[in-house]
Amino acid sequence: MTQLKNFFATRVGIISVGAFIGIFASLLQKWGNPGNMGICVACFERDIAGAIGFHRAAVVQYLRPEIIGFVLGSLIAAYIFKEFRPRVGSAPIVRFVLGAFAMIGALVFLGCPWRALLRFAGGDGNAIFGLLGLIGGIWIGTRFLKRGYNLGRTEKTYISVGWMLSLIMMGFLVLLLIFPQIQGEAKSDILFYSLKGPGSMHAPIIVSLLVGLGIGFLAQRSRFCTMGAFRDLILFREAHLFTGLATLAVFAFMTNLVVGQFHPGFVKQPVAHTMGLWNFGGMVLAGLAFSLAGGCPGRQLFLAGEGDGDSAVFVLGMIVGAGFSHNFGLASSPAGIGPHGIAAVIIGILVCLFIGFTMRKK
Amino acid sequence: MITTVDAKGLSCPQPVLMTLDGIKKADENEILILVDTDTSKENVSRAAKSQGWQVKEVLEEGGGYRITISREG
Repeated sequence: MTQLKNFFATRVGIISVGAFIGIFASLLQKWGNPGNMGICVACFERDIAGAIGFHRAAVVQYLRPEIIGFVLGSLIAAYIFKEFRPRVGSAPIVRFVLGAFAMIGALVFLGCPWRALLRFAGGDGNAIFGLLGLIGGIWIGTRFLKRGYNLGRTEKTYISVGWMLSLIMMGFLVLLLIFPQIQGEAKSDILFYSLKGPGSMHAPIIVSLLVGLGIGFLAQRSRFCTMGAFRDLILFREAHLFTGLATLAVFAFMTNLVVGQFHPGFVKQPVAHTMGLWNFGGMVLAGLAFSLAGGCPGRQLFLAGEGDGDSAVFVLGMIVGAGFSHNFGLASSPAGIGPHGIAAVIIGILVCLFIGFTMRKK
Repeated sequence: MITTVDAKGLSCPQPVLMTLDGIKKADENEILILVDTDTSKENVSRAAKSQGWQVKEVLEEGGGYRITISREG
């Protein structure tokens, strides 16, 4: 066990995990998920928000099993390797707000950092603006970190606190199983489903769940984090996590080539718009919020699975943020940014700057 | 007394930042770092090695770790 425990923290370990995620993300698209969206933590949490009626954007409603798998896979890994540590209390309300604005920013770009890589690996040139924005946002975050920004210490807590998001995910899984999609119906008892658009495109439940569990397990072991990859590179010139991220992109690209999913260009890319400035701006906001919160949206799910109650609050913030995004017209669509997207990005960046400037040790 | 960096309850990158800061300021050849997650343990160890220090000892204590790092050579 010790040998395996160390393996994923090694360079070969993180490369293996990046390759696994890259290959299976592309395959999930092949198996039914939307274009360049084999995995997108932000989009999938947004779809979950739609499935439970937090917003009513008809094209993005599906209770994505991948997200459930990520949390539960991490929970399983944490228990097997004795790393489950229930902890909470590091400014949860701030993490909620950061989660909400991270989601708002990501939905202006149309993707989380994972999807930014997958869009790039699928040939979508607009993703370059998103990735640059992400790096820019993280860079701003590292300036705050250098000046002593931090959200305070967590406290050890009850085991049940650490289980809370996992239990919520199990509840979601039960809902998905007892209210499955009915052919041609937009609602199955309490759950909403999409009849067209990205929300209607998905791999079979069992496939999505198993891949999600696998990724959750491996990511918990390897500490895979797309935000941390850039942050550590900028702050410490430490390329460990970045190696995993680069491997993900390379393997997704190769898998896309093999299965015929690589379509280079800027226009008519799946679930993407061509407004470069706001692809950039949306991800500046998201990147800044992720770095202030200490993890990309995927990492927050894995941390929540291993017992981090503050990360769980960040996740709930993202799901609620998705509600705001679609209810207030902040989210983009392939036609371009939403009517209030620009205002939301500016307000979000101001809120993040306020948090960054005011929460630090003198 | 040996320099102690208490990074318990802090999430990354704080433990690493504090370790690097400790290394920069250290007069002694050893620093004790307290962390409470495995991620922090790995990151702190990696950061110490990147600065030419070595991980001398890792002890489990109260659900966390006491990591002693020392200057090489």
